[in-house]
Amino acid sequence: MFAALYRWLDDRLHLDGLIEPFRHKTVPTHRLSYWYFFGGITLFLFMVQVFTGILLLLYYRPSANEAFESVQYIMTRVQFGWLIRSIHSWSANLMIFTAFVHMFSVLFLKAYRKPREMTWVSGMLLLFLVMGFGFSGYLLPWNKLAFFATTVGTQMAGQVPIIGQPMMVFLRGGPQVTGATLTRFYGFHVAVLPMLVTVLIAIHLFLVQRQGMSVPPKVEKAWAANPSLRREMKFFPNFLLRELMAWYVAIATLGALAALFPWNLGVKAEPFASAPAGIKPEWYFLFMYQTLKLIPSKVWIVDGEVLGILGCSLAGLFWVLLPFFESDKPARTRTWITGLGIFALVFMIVMSVYGYVAQ
Amino acid sequence: MCAEPIPQTRVTRRHAIELFLGGGVLASLASFLYPVLRFLVPPPVIDLGGDEVVAAKVGDLKPNSGEIFRFGSRPGLLILESDGTYRALSATCTHLGCTVQYRADLRQIWCPCHNGIYDLSGRNVSGPPPRPLDAFDVHLRGEEIVVSRKQEA
Repeated sequence: MFAALYRWLDDRLHLDGLIEPFRHKTVPTHRLSYWYFFGGITLFLFMVQVFTGILLLLYYRPSANEAFESVQYIMTRVQFGWLIRSIHSWSANLMIFTAFVHMFSVLFLKAYRKPREMTWVSGMLLLFLVMGFGFSGYLLPWNKLAFFATTVGTQMAGQVPIIGQPMMVFLRGGPQVTGATLTRFYGFHVAVLPMLVTVLIAIHLFLVQRQGMSVPPKVEKAWAANPSLRREMKFFPNFLLRELMAWYVAIATLGALAALFPWNLGVKAEPFASAPAGIKPEWYFLFMYQTLKLIPSKVWIVDGEVLGILGCSLAGLFWVLLPFFESDKPARTRTWITGLGIFALVFMIVMSVYGYVAQ
Repeated sequence: MCAEPIPQTRVTRRHAIELFLGGGVLASLASFLYPVLRFLVPPPVIDLGGDEVVAAKVGDLKPNSGEIFRFGSRPGLLILESDGTYRALSATCTHLGCTVQYRADLRQIWCPCHNGIYDLSGRNVSGPPPRPLDAFDVHLRGEEIVVSRKQEA
């Protein structure tokens, strides 16, 4: 029956022409191939986010008076509401984690080099947008922790010289974090960011599809020396089925996490209450948070906060443009970019752990 | 006697594995779908209205006029006739659920959505409504006009 339906469609749309490139697409097979899965897993978790996000929209109410109660309603009254919301929260966190793993694996496997600079840049922009999703979505339950996290986060944006203040007012929808901030973040979270991310994912995937998978330089060299070692597998169905198995593992992990550790709702936000003790940002912002805490309040004549934020922004910008710093003479730059990658990874892990245990 | 060999359908190992794998995938997909379908069903609304409500106070309504009041989670229509009789009915049109109103000029109940008309006892007299409006009991308790569901005999 499917064959007949396919023939009927193919007669009219010439599907064969569309599918043809996928038939020939191959994925290099070597001992590091497993790292190729993380981009796909991140994509899968994004799809889980879109799906569970749409479900949550059926009951969520984006106003300061109702947001907390509506999430409470989802968690307590709606059947399987706790499961859907917990999956949305867990999947968000896992997605940020796998996006970071994907980024570092691309860095260490040298997949960002010419001709794949644009893939790297689009991927880095996606990483920032995903963190934006995390930041904006965190406020939506309108609980105490989220309220102060947003206050601090937007205040930090306000520290940037010249454009900082207007940017902060734009983000907050006023000088303070209020219900206006909530509706704004809601708009970013469910409309603006999804649109941008969808476009960027399309570009990112198109580039990956067009250029094929990168082979790490060491493997490439070994293959060049001994062509009989070269191994490839077909993308369809071999690699795709393996990827689907990874997705199955991902959804099983999500289900288990959501069932065993349902996401907390916390206490409703009160704009005129003190910030709770031990307040910290989500884990993926911890390394920045801890770095900023360590910078003294005045460094020479510059405010420590301003210095820290400018430093972070410049580091981010540098990271986006990383492929362009690698010269055509690979031997010289190869080592220092890998060294920098290791430093960044260690720095992030150490600062996150430090931030987690520090008072 | 020589019996014909019974034709056997051979279950190959491949078939068995495909069956288990396919069945497993289908079962897990069903387990994903089930919570989603249950999530889509809105939880029942708790109707705190009870069976009795104070619709208005004596003197709130002029003779030959009507007023909408809340009866639980649905609207009701309280009418004061020219002769001083109170009447209370469900205000939900039996046609497609619009809220009806009292027309002083017609001395009838009118639904503006599709021009349905009911008489004062709630009987559907013209237009598309298929059934009469539910009538409620009205009695006075001091200054309060109390509306309650009709006690079924």
